[in-house]
Amino acid sequence: MSQEKLQSHTVQTTGHAWDGDLQEYNNPIPNWWLYAFYISVLAAIAYWFTYPAWPVGKGFTTGFDHITYVNDKGVTKTTHWNTRALFMKETNEAVAAQKPYFDKVAATPFEQIAKDPELNSFVVSAGKQLFSDNCAACHQQGGGGKMGFAPNLTDDDWLYGGHYANIQQTITNGRHGYMPPFAEVLTDAQITQLADYVLSLSHVAVNPDSARAGDALFHSETAACYYCHGADAKGRQVLGSANLTDSIWLWANVPGAGTIPLKEAAVKNVIRQGLNKGVMPSWKDRLSPEQIKLLAVYVHELGGGK
Amino acid sequence: MDVGIEEPRALYQKRIPIVTRSVKGRFRNFKWGVMVLAYAVFFGLPWLPWTRHGVASQAVMFDLGGRRFFIFDLVMYPQNVFWLALLLFIAATFLFFATSLIGRAFCGYFCFQTLWTDIFIWIEKLVQGERPARIRLQRQPWDREKILKLGVTHALWLLISFWTGMTFMLYYGYAPDLLVRFFTGHAAYAAYVTVFALTATTYAAAGLMREQICAYVCPYGRFQSVMYDPETLAVAYDARRGDGSMGRAAPRAELKIHAIRQQKGYGDCIDCGFCVQVCPAGIDIRDGLQYRCISCGLCIDACNNIMDSVGYPRGLIRYDSEANLALPQPAKPHIHWKRLKVVGYFVALGVMTGALVYSIATRTNFEHDVQQIRQPLYVVLSNGDIRNRYQIRLTNKSGADMEYRITTQGLPPGALDLGEMQTVKVHSGNSVIVQASIKLTPQQVGKYPRFDFVITPLSAPEDKVVEQVNFYSRTDEQ
Repeated sequence: MSQEKLQSHTVQTTGHAWDGDLQEYNNPIPNWWLYAFYISVLAAIAYWFTYPAWPVGKGFTTGFDHITYVNDKGVTKTTHWNTRALFMKETNEAVAAQKPYFDKVAATPFEQIAKDPELNSFVVSAGKQLFSDNCAACHQQGGGGKMGFAPNLTDDDWLYGGHYANIQQTITNGRHGYMPPFAEVLTDAQITQLADYVLSLSHVAVNPDSARAGDALFHSETAACYYCHGADAKGRQVLGSANLTDSIWLWANVPGAGTIPLKEAAVKNVIRQGLNKGVMPSWKDRLSPEQIKLLAVYVHELGGGK
Repeated sequence: MDVGIEEPRALYQKRIPIVTRSVKGRFRNFKWGVMVLAYAVFFGLPWLPWTRHGVASQAVMFDLGGRRFFIFDLVMYPQNVFWLALLLFIAATFLFFATSLIGRAFCGYFCFQTLWTDIFIWIEKLVQGERPARIRLQRQPWDREKILKLGVTHALWLLISFWTGMTFMLYYGYAPDLLVRFFTGHAAYAAYVTVFALTATTYAAAGLMREQICAYVCPYGRFQSVMYDPETLAVAYDARRGDGSMGRAAPRAELKIHAIRQQKGYGDCIDCGFCVQVCPAGIDIRDGLQYRCISCGLCIDACNNIMDSVGYPRGLIRYDSEANLALPQPAKPHIHWKRLKVVGYFVALGVMTGALVYSIATRTNFEHDVQQIRQPLYVVLSNGDIRNRYQIRLTNKSGADMEYRITTQGLPPGALDLGEMQTVKVHSGNSVIVQASIKLTPQQVGKYPRFDFVITPLSAPEDKVVEQVNFYSRTDEQ
């Protein structure tokens, strides 16, 4: 290469030198870089005028942008742009987008919903969300319930009936289960006999004589258990009284108790103290009829009805 | 090299305009060929009709609303997004592979920036004339001619930019319909933003910034150049032949004949500057391999034309490797593929391409997903039976409405309960969730720790799928 060529390629340096000969080039940066910087400054100013930006005294600059939304009371409001209003607006849009599906659920008979795969899929996904927000606190996330607190919705035992209409009724108006305490009416021996009888109905190997005595007591006017639980002890769904003959327990943790005396103690405890805690609140003030209907279908699917 | 003695420079540098001369030759023809093909594909594809059931008959359409991509007969759903991952891997590996062999071939011939810059330069030449005319026009005061010529150039650039943005947008809807909606003001807000943004960026990148995109913005060029080996082919100036021992010289009367020139020690380069004038990156290839070079080969064409005209052999500037150029007697340049790195890339490329082809070829017409419901894991029923529940999601990708039957195998009869759904009808492109429950008596429970769900599309029973699942219980409670 010619000498002239080399000279035209010399480069200015910053003037620092390290290790004797290591130097730093001082190349100019391209102009468009500078312009890009100016443009971002302008964009920042535009942003300041468009959106809320600076605190001023007790207020702040609100910007020029506005947002219009309908609040929860149905009043249309226009305010300066803010994320809360934006959230309200987007929530309204999402609700409006879901409305056709909820309307379809409301207009379709229960059995037809279960037969329509695509409508049913909407029920499963929307129902899961509604259930999580409203029901899961007591009945647990998957509807598994909690012994001594809230019934298991995934089994086939329904205190108040498991038809769609029963479930809809339960969610709409709530339920209040009640069993009087028998501690002052019956002796401890009588309560033990009753507990043995109740356990024998579920095939627990208790003392047969005691169970037989409990059987008589159950159907006598002294204890009068059959008033509510029925002569066959299968419970009455009108009252919400429990079926004592199946393997499912809600208030006495019989499956969880290890030995027979412990099972006996659990049942005796219920008889002795009665129950005044089986309270399910009414949801009609909180959920719309369409939401309740959808939840009824969802809950029905958890336990497969009956 | 002298350092630290130059006069102080400004902090910011104005772009030095590059006015390129047009050239004819092999590489120029190849570039035209690539350009015609690429433009035909990009601008033409949204208008290619395709017979398809129930949806817009467009060969390639990215249906964002319906969350599916139509690519000829292939329909891609979000579940298939790993195809895109494979494709990107293949593209990246192919880039490494090609770069190891022939350097930055992508930059010079296939890159969008190159393609669009090329067409913009062509328009510039068409309107304003060849390089000397354009330089003259630049120096001219703002008279009628200059305003007219520059105005027409920029108007044409903007038109192409606009149509580029427009075409990109047309891939996301049914093109004829979308075009009408766009011009009648009924298209989505996003469509206008997209077209405006792409018009602006195309105009700026291909019209105004050009080689600055490659030099300052593009990360591709940076990492492509670090994959060079001494064996990699690159556009190179044969300095030994060109400069000789006495340097370059114009073909003066006494230095015209090749043999005499060589005898006197002068190189073959006649310093005509043609290779510099045709370069879209504005570099001098005779300074050696440099990062701004996009390997477009136009300087090769230019030099070959000059060598032909003065009667010297071609190939003073050519595709050659650093290793070959360093030899005392450079051999004929060829592609060096017998290298571990190249073979490695090739194997990776083959494996991944095979995986992609296999995955696409064996795709089913429906997607299924079977999940065990784990809250609660199992339920004891009133008669002591144990129930497990499963959620089955079916996505119909077939393009027609389909019905499916869900059955089980490896379970006693009557254990499966699907509620009211004897068969499951799914509309084209939709998904449904089916809840299945399995009920076993306490005696049966231990015998069936796992079983299969069989999902059969009624219209294509041969496409049935079998999915094994577990049955959970706690038998110690019984």
